[in-house]
Amino acid sequence: MPEAPLPQETSLGARAITIAILAMGGEGGGVLADWLLEAAEASGFVGQSTSVPGVAQRTGATIYYLEFFLQAESGGQQPVLALMPAPGDVDLVVASELMEAGRAIQRGLVTPERSTFIFSTHRVFAMTEKIAMGDGRVDADALLATCRVAARRVVAADMQALAEAHGAHLSAVLLGAVAGSGALPLPRSAFENAIRHAGVGVDASLAAFAGGFSAATAPVTEPAAAPLSGDVARSRKRQPADDAIIEEGVRRLTDYQDAGYARLYRERLDRLHVNGELLEETARHLALWMSYEDTIRVADLKTRASRFERVRAEVRVKPDQVLRITEFMHPRVQEVADTLPAPIGRWLLRSGAPRRMVERLTARGRHVETTSIGGFLLLRAIARLRRFRRRTLRYVEEQQRIEAWLQRIGALAVRDQALALAVARCQRLVKGYGDTHARGWGNFQRLMLEVDRWGNELGAAARLGALTEAALADETGQALEKALVEV
Amino acid sequence: MAERSFRKEVEQLRLGAGQEFRGEGILAVTKALLQSGVSYVAGYQGAPISHLMDVLADAEDILDELGVHFEASASEAAAAATLAASVNYPLRGAATWKSTAGTNVASDALSNLASGGVTGGALIVIGEDYGEGSSIMQERTHAFAMKSQIWLLDPRPNLPSIVNMVEKGFELSEASNTPVMLEVRIRACHVHGRFIAKDNVRPAFGLKDAMENPRRDVSRIVLPPASYVQEQEKIRDRLPAARKFIVDNKLNEVFADGAQDVGIILQGGMYNGLIRGLQLMGLADAFGNSRIPLYVLNVTYPLIDDEVTRFCAGKRAVLMVEESQPEFLEQAINVILRKADLQTRVHGKDMLPMAGEYTASVVRAGLEAFVGRYLPGLRPNTAQPPAPVQPPDLAKHVHPRPPSFCTGCPERPIFTAMKLVERELGPHHVSCDIGCHLFSILPPFNIGATTMGYGLGWAGSAALNAKDTDRRTISIMGDGGFWHNGLASSVGNAVFNNTDNVLVVVDNYDSAATGGQDILSSRASSRRNTGNPIARAVRGVGVKWVREITRTYDLTRMRDTLKEALTTKEKGPKVIVASSECMLNRQRRERPQMAKAAREGRRVVRERFGVDSDTCTGDHSCIRLSGCPSLTVKPNPDPLRQDPVATVQETCVGCGLCGEVSDAAVLCPSFYRAQIVTNPTRWERWRARMAARVIGWLAPPVHA
Repeated sequence: MPEAPLPQETSLGARAITIAILAMGGEGGGVLADWLLEAAEASGFVGQSTSVPGVAQRTGATIYYLEFFLQAESGGQQPVLALMPAPGDVDLVVASELMEAGRAIQRGLVTPERSTFIFSTHRVFAMTEKIAMGDGRVDADALLATCRVAARRVVAADMQALAEAHGAHLSAVLLGAVAGSGALPLPRSAFENAIRHAGVGVDASLAAFAGGFSAATAPVTEPAAAPLSGDVARSRKRQPADDAIIEEGVRRLTDYQDAGYARLYRERLDRLHVNGELLEETARHLALWMSYEDTIRVADLKTRASRFERVRAEVRVKPDQVLRITEFMHPRVQEVADTLPAPIGRWLLRSGAPRRMVERLTARGRHVETTSIGGFLLLRAIARLRRFRRRTLRYVEEQQRIEAWLQRIGALAVRDQALALAVARCQRLVKGYGDTHARGWGNFQRLMLEVDRWGNELGAAARLGALTEAALADETGQALEKALVEV
Repeated sequence: MAERSFRKEVEQLRLGAGQEFRGEGILAVTKALLQSGVSYVAGYQGAPISHLMDVLADAEDILDELGVHFEASASEAAAAATLAASVNYPLRGAATWKSTAGTNVASDALSNLASGGVTGGALIVIGEDYGEGSSIMQERTHAFAMKSQIWLLDPRPNLPSIVNMVEKGFELSEASNTPVMLEVRIRACHVHGRFIAKDNVRPAFGLKDAMENPRRDVSRIVLPPASYVQEQEKIRDRLPAARKFIVDNKLNEVFADGAQDVGIILQGGMYNGLIRGLQLMGLADAFGNSRIPLYVLNVTYPLIDDEVTRFCAGKRAVLMVEESQPEFLEQAINVILRKADLQTRVHGKDMLPMAGEYTASVVRAGLEAFVGRYLPGLRPNTAQPPAPVQPPDLAKHVHPRPPSFCTGCPERPIFTAMKLVERELGPHHVSCDIGCHLFSILPPFNIGATTMGYGLGWAGSAALNAKDTDRRTISIMGDGGFWHNGLASSVGNAVFNNTDNVLVVVDNYDSAATGGQDILSSRASSRRNTGNPIARAVRGVGVKWVREITRTYDLTRMRDTLKEALTTKEKGPKVIVASSECMLNRQRRERPQMAKAAREGRRVVRERFGVDSDTCTGDHSCIRLSGCPSLTVKPNPDPLRQDPVATVQETCVGCGLCGEVSDAAVLCPSFYRAQIVTNPTRWERWRARMAARVIGWLAPPVHA
């Protein structure tokens, strides 16, 4: 059969401009798509947009896809526009957040030959990252590095911060970045008119748009030298040298109790005769353990002037507004006993009727308004119990635990530095309040028992490290049980 | 009321002949219904066809002018049954729902409708919820069309084609006395495009005419002997009539015939994606001019044998591009060719995957295989390389991000309470339903074992009702599911069979997952009859043990009520109705009101929560018990600590759950509630000043 004359290969040239937007539900990806479509259609393009919102108004990852075709190139024919992006065939990829940028690459939408890649470098953590008992966040630096080299042209900036600075939505900054990138053959005014045409929050959106435009037109910096977004920079783990940590520990414990307590901290470290990483980590965890969060500490931290200032800034109170802060405290009989002199505390916990009475009184949580005179004075009074702290039940118990832990570290340091380090790091298991604290302390004890059972075996440190991770893997302790069986 | 107002979209429905319609695919369908002169529209909301319902619900004036009755049906079964009006009367009617979930529900009515046949055009607009973004089981509506003999339209996904098929669909229905389904996929429903409108048509024969001149025809009723005759009619009369109409009106399309001695047969819905695949291979241009012959099935059931054989004759092979399975079309084409004794080789599921969405890359791979085998010389240099290679390790850094409960969602505390109860009483079997609450199966809650369908939550645990255990099961059901099917199939069923188990009805005042449409128990007053309490209905069918919780955020009460239901000595069905308004709807309503009040100088209190970083130890128990999007983590400002701390973002709506969790779960004292008072009273100002003075005297200045 002869080949049909039409279409000639030469006529295959004209094609649509393709745009994919990756966002999370509720982030304004739809608004951005509408603006882009409006800008394109007003500039002589045939436009089409579509989306798979599904149930994604509820925070799920979602994708919007647009195609523009220059009407002048159509010669009166209707272009056939696709409803989904083809991997390797996307001119402009916009991602609202760093992990979504990674998802765009994962979906094959970003190519070094073709794509302009515009994304915000801020992080919105996924549920899996948030619910971890320790640090479940993915490596943002590695992700950013991958994203930076994925495309022909990259525009990356913390656009969420820009949006907040202008009191506008992220979508306006992203639109500005699209306009500034020059990826679309549309004049700046077309984008701005689209914002005006939509008619919602126009002034703030235009300002944010300008911010995004500048971010995209700023001189290109070398990827390696490019400044990281605030969050990304902060998420880098600080590794101060041992003396810096000890200095911070001394400061912390002076603040927590007094100079004498800080001296005890130094003495304990001196007694250990360790150095290097082991000293550094022991110093870190010892300071944290010694500044355990008892009722006195919590009351103290909640009633400082700096704290009131911090909250005012965090919730963005304006000068002519009144701010009321209510604390959610739930002291139980355990916390009451902890704060009493040790013998009385022990008696209370063992007692019958008195204990039940306190339990009845503490069955419900207490809401304390620290911005009221009464509430503030109450917590301040508890904070002042600090002078009696050394006699409290909790103090006595914690010091015993700390001494035992330090002794174990000291003993292990002689024969297995790595294991000693792993034991020092186990302090991380003991955190939180109430049941959370009790669970963590239980896990800690389990692991110490294990360590004591082990002899001079090779790989003990790695094994303890794995058990620590298992203890932090879930709340129910299933992962730890499994790991213990395997050991 | 629905999530948002559709007044702007409604105006588009007024467009007259020659004017350009610009908007979503599903709205184009809505406009096309009015252009076709429908007398009534019924449906049940659900993505991707919710907007058809929402816009008509807001289009009262236009519907009144045209004499169109709009019915927000109780279920898809009710919507399908509504089409009975077209059986005896020359009334055009349409029904719509999400498929296949909705078609499953509608099947009883559909079978009866299809058996008896119709006089007036009956069109069922099917939102084919298949592939990415779908929230339901992955099945095809095609099977329903075949088994009931309902014609299935699958138009090319551009607005003019879709609109044309709506109009032709009614004609086809009338020409063949058969209901017709119009299948529109998710992306096509949401596609934003344009078409030139026609005038709306007011039907000559109205509903009033039918009611005042009732007609009956016993041969249209499914009862022997008529039912046997009806099956014969389907084959003898209606099928040939339909085929004649399809051929005469050229509903299917052939492009570039004769260009090659091979060809491609495709569902109309696949057209745009296929053209793009060909374009990327250099085998088509941007306007759909293909170098390979195409036979586009805008009608995928029934097939037209003559068209198929004509297209295949003289071709070495054809590729059938048919999304999902079973491969009904591929099988049918093989049979047609076999009967015609044509040796054309039929490819399909051997070159394309049997299951799953036909994405751009999937279609491209199938085309590469087909062209590579039959037209190896046809490889223009304009071809673009296929998909790029993915950097290694990326999967480690990119976590899935499924949808979840919104910020401040009133359903979240119900599942928090269930987690707390689980800690005390151990795990229970949990049977789930359909709705937002199904997000409970995902982290952080991880609650729920099965979901069997809308309103079937309690029926899903019916068997687990043994007498020799004290352990009860918990079932979940939303208010949407309750009124859809749950009252009879779950609650009535449980009462009748003497269950001893527990049902939690999640009542958020409307059908939230589908866009916040009103239902029987909605609090808002609308044109429809609302304000009918779920608890009253539950008692009405015989449940004695009923507890009502009017504020789900009251975690202690929620937890204690659940515990009581699971441990009470009282035998028999137990129902907890947990009510609080969908936060998305509430915010949409209240936020503008609050802003207005603040502008007018009235006192307004905004609440939000926060976390003190210096007392947060970074365990994240609070997040595991909440999962609120506004409760997240941030780097620890403490140089000694390494795990990130919890933090509450500015998006917090102050629902109160964080505080309740701190109380009930005895978590940690890090949470605080901030009440920000705009335009405070003089007393408030004075009180704040006094407190600030005392704090100024006594508070230590800084955190060391």
